[in-house]
Amino acid sequence: MKVKVISRSTDEFTRERSQDLQRVFRNFDPKLRPQEKAVEYVRALNAAKLEKIFARPFIGAMDGHIDAISCMAKNPNFLKGIFSGSMDGDIRLWDIASRKTVCQFPGHQGAVRGLTASTDGSTLISCGTDCTVRIWSVPVAATLESDHASNKPIEANAVYVGKNAYWAVDHQWGGDLFATTGARVEIWNHNRSQPVNTFEWGTDTVISVRFNPGEPNLLATSASDRSIALYDLRMSTPARKLIMQTRTNSIAWNPMEPLNFTAANEDCSCYSYDARKLDEAKCVHKDHVSAVMDIDYSPTGREFVTGSYDRTVRIFPYNGGHSREIYHTKRMQRVFCVKFSSDASYIISGSDDTNLRLWKAKASEQMGVLLPREQKKHEYQEAVKNRYKHLPEVKRIVRHRHLPRPIYKAKELRRTVIDAEKKKEERRKAHSTPGSIVTESVRKRRIIREVE
Amino acid sequence: MGLEEETGGSAKDVPPTEQELSAEFDTTLQKYLRGEGADLEALKDKKLKGQLTVREKLYGNSAKAAAKFEKWLMPSEGGYLEAEGIEKTWRIKQDQITREVDILSSRNQYDIVLKDLGPYTLDFTPSGRYMATAGRKGHVAIVDMKSMELIREMQVKETVRDIVFLHNETFFAVAQKKYPYIYNRDGIELHCLKEHGAVSRLQFLKNHFLLATVNKFGQLRYQDVTTGEMIGNFRTGLGRTETMQVNPFNGVIAVGHSGGTVSMWKPTSAAPLVKMLCHHGPISALAFHPNGQLMATCGREKKIKIWDLRKFEVVQTIPGHHAKTLDFSQKGLLAAGTGSYAQVLGDFSGSQNYSRYMGHSIAKGYQIGKVSFRPYEDVLVMGHSMGWSSILIPGSGEPNFDTWVANPFETSKQRREKEIHTLLDKLPPETIMLDPSKIGTVRPYKKREKPTKEEMEAEKEAAVEAVKDIALKKKTKGRNKTSKRVMKRKVLIDKAKKPFIEKEMQEAGKLAGKRKLGEETELPASLKRFVRKKAAV
Repeated sequence: MKVKVISRSTDEFTRERSQDLQRVFRNFDPKLRPQEKAVEYVRALNAAKLEKIFARPFIGAMDGHIDAISCMAKNPNFLKGIFSGSMDGDIRLWDIASRKTVCQFPGHQGAVRGLTASTDGSTLISCGTDCTVRIWSVPVAATLESDHASNKPIEANAVYVGKNAYWAVDHQWGGDLFATTGARVEIWNHNRSQPVNTFEWGTDTVISVRFNPGEPNLLATSASDRSIALYDLRMSTPARKLIMQTRTNSIAWNPMEPLNFTAANEDCSCYSYDARKLDEAKCVHKDHVSAVMDIDYSPTGREFVTGSYDRTVRIFPYNGGHSREIYHTKRMQRVFCVKFSSDASYIISGSDDTNLRLWKAKASEQMGVLLPREQKKHEYQEAVKNRYKHLPEVKRIVRHRHLPRPIYKAKELRRTVIDAEKKKEERRKAHSTPGSIVTESVRKRRIIREVE
Repeated sequence: MGLEEETGGSAKDVPPTEQELSAEFDTTLQKYLRGEGADLEALKDKKLKGQLTVREKLYGNSAKAAAKFEKWLMPSEGGYLEAEGIEKTWRIKQDQITREVDILSSRNQYDIVLKDLGPYTLDFTPSGRYMATAGRKGHVAIVDMKSMELIREMQVKETVRDIVFLHNETFFAVAQKKYPYIYNRDGIELHCLKEHGAVSRLQFLKNHFLLATVNKFGQLRYQDVTTGEMIGNFRTGLGRTETMQVNPFNGVIAVGHSGGTVSMWKPTSAAPLVKMLCHHGPISALAFHPNGQLMATCGREKKIKIWDLRKFEVVQTIPGHHAKTLDFSQKGLLAAGTGSYAQVLGDFSGSQNYSRYMGHSIAKGYQIGKVSFRPYEDVLVMGHSMGWSSILIPGSGEPNFDTWVANPFETSKQRREKEIHTLLDKLPPETIMLDPSKIGTVRPYKKREKPTKEEMEAEKEAAVEAVKDIALKKKTKGRNKTSKRVMKRKVLIDKAKKPFIEKEMQEAGKLAGKRKLGEETELPASLKRFVRKKAAV
């Protein structure tokens, strides 16, 4: 006879000293966990509810400007710093952590329309409607830390006066060139008082410019003649132009896939394009109910933030048609500029009501240092929520966003209009010779033509 | 003989080949894969297909990791009892086992004799650490089975019919003479559940925090112990009931009736999920296999039947047992208590064919009222008319416990934390259903299509054919003439056609209603001359 029975001595299964951690034994047998699917579903539901409870994205407003914020620039050298320019010519550097002005850059007579910092973070370039481009040297981070309450004004290093008002400025990645736009696109060098290069295509004002993060000589501009143009600094003439039905207010390149860019359009949508293939948008991001004013990509390249004339800020996935998040407050007016922070965890918006607002990029994220157990718990909750997101109860909770009444109404109205148009198109199609009416895809519909 | 033994022994020592190992690994892997993956070939959406492929791969990897964990990292091995030579396992006595096992295990063989207060019933916590036991005459005790200490003992001075632990050892419910009561570990009465009345059986659904009671007339009640809300109150209406058992796999409660039926219930429906006639006499005992696929029932006609709950068919009938109580162990052994004899049956062929494994007789005249395997131990405890006895059944318990599921070495701090976690994961009563894997799935979208004209026609044909084949009754003389028979057949056919024709008429009527009186409508010849001539012609 051979016999063995289970015998557990307490010493083997418990800790030796009271200071030790409790011993943990695992057995992953599904038999020990009956109804695990139901348990998991309940957890997913609870996770979705908790996410809603903890969704408090608004961190604070930065108050100081006395006119609407028109533009912002990240400080690449200083994570906590952000520059903002306002319609009255005031430029400020903010410390995001303390939400206070660190220093001011006085000088502009009219509205500041463009702000950018060089890649090393030492130089700030601004331009405005007073036809000037100003170059400033940014105080180093160490001094910012020591006395950020001093509020002392800083003198411009150089002031270059042009013939026309400037609308936007952007600095090249890694180099020492920057581009200003207005009546024409001008390329400047830090050390020259005159533009080193000038491009002109059409007569209308160029309203925004962005350098490509991957190829330093490539830049994209948008103009009020509804065009998006690509320029290569190594060529004497502009490279390509795309004309859409409505104006593009701003452009942002995807930093992780630098051949793609997204254009914030006047027709409430954003259009993602492949720079090599401009005849069709890669993706149309709809959700805003008014013109999209500004756009900025997260440094991860997986999502971007948009600010709109409808007084909301939205976050879109780079490849998704609808926004994943909407931010609004009662006091926030029309949003003119938005920026993702360089660590991808915050969003800063500047609006008509003279305030900069600081938001969390993930509305329900727990701030501060997380314990590994907390981290694990959050990951688990995210995973179960993701697993059961298709079920009606979970989906309802996860998708729900409270909208301000005007936006809700406007959204409904837009929906009605679009549906009516669709219906009309369908009827027209049904009552004409088959093949005579071709429905163009949404991705192509808004494009008028592409010019080489 | 000895030589053969040796060769046999050496054959066992040869390490298993790689193929055998991989086959063994595959079977464990199957367990963790939890069924087959989704069929992605049929998907047309490429994006979805890509996402699902990634997810399926993830599931595969995690199953593989769990299988590897089981293979290499489990601390304990299960118990076993192997007969050698002409020995038979069912002839092996408890004292023979005592000589072979360690002292710690042999302490699990004992008899507690309490002559005046029996018969005793008992219940274990899910970890097997604590036992609650209750004598019919009002003796209630909570025992720590590891240290063999009596935690609390009291006399309720009333008839006690059943006892059950709630979610942990700090609370237990007792079915007393008039009402069930809830006590805490210190023996303080917390609640008197007057709504339930005099109940005979108690069960606790620990994932749902539901206390289920049934009285002898078959009134089944569910009460949520966290909120005190009565979730369900159903009259089973199938006769007197003596037994009730929860299926641990899906939380469905089975009630055995005096008419020989077993009915299965969930708290959200007043009609039983299943009614099955299991025996010709009253059901005396019921038990569920932990994997939820087998049910054992015993009737007064001295038969134990094993049922497959996927097909609701009997798998095996074992005659000659008049068991008052049945219990399945974690490893699937089945214990049956008959009179003063406890029989343990085992399924060793793997084909759900239960054969005797071990047996144990207690003193003559003691009547076993309840057998219960202690979870995570190779121990069977029998409550009988003179107290309770504990014996060793090697190979009955799960050797490896999971600290986060049921921990026999739980500290009070861990217990408190666990209580919170189980409360957070408390399942709503709607999650009790026959197939719990249905939760989290989406009902397949079915578009109800109108039958086409051909289909309608075919249906009509089939109905007519069916009527044609009906054999007419032989009538008395005069009424059985061929002409009458033909007439009758014709009437039948017309009757069968009628609904189809009516439907057609209805649809035609609808169309006619829609059609406007225009040039398409066919006018009678006499009115045609009034129709306006077309200008173009």
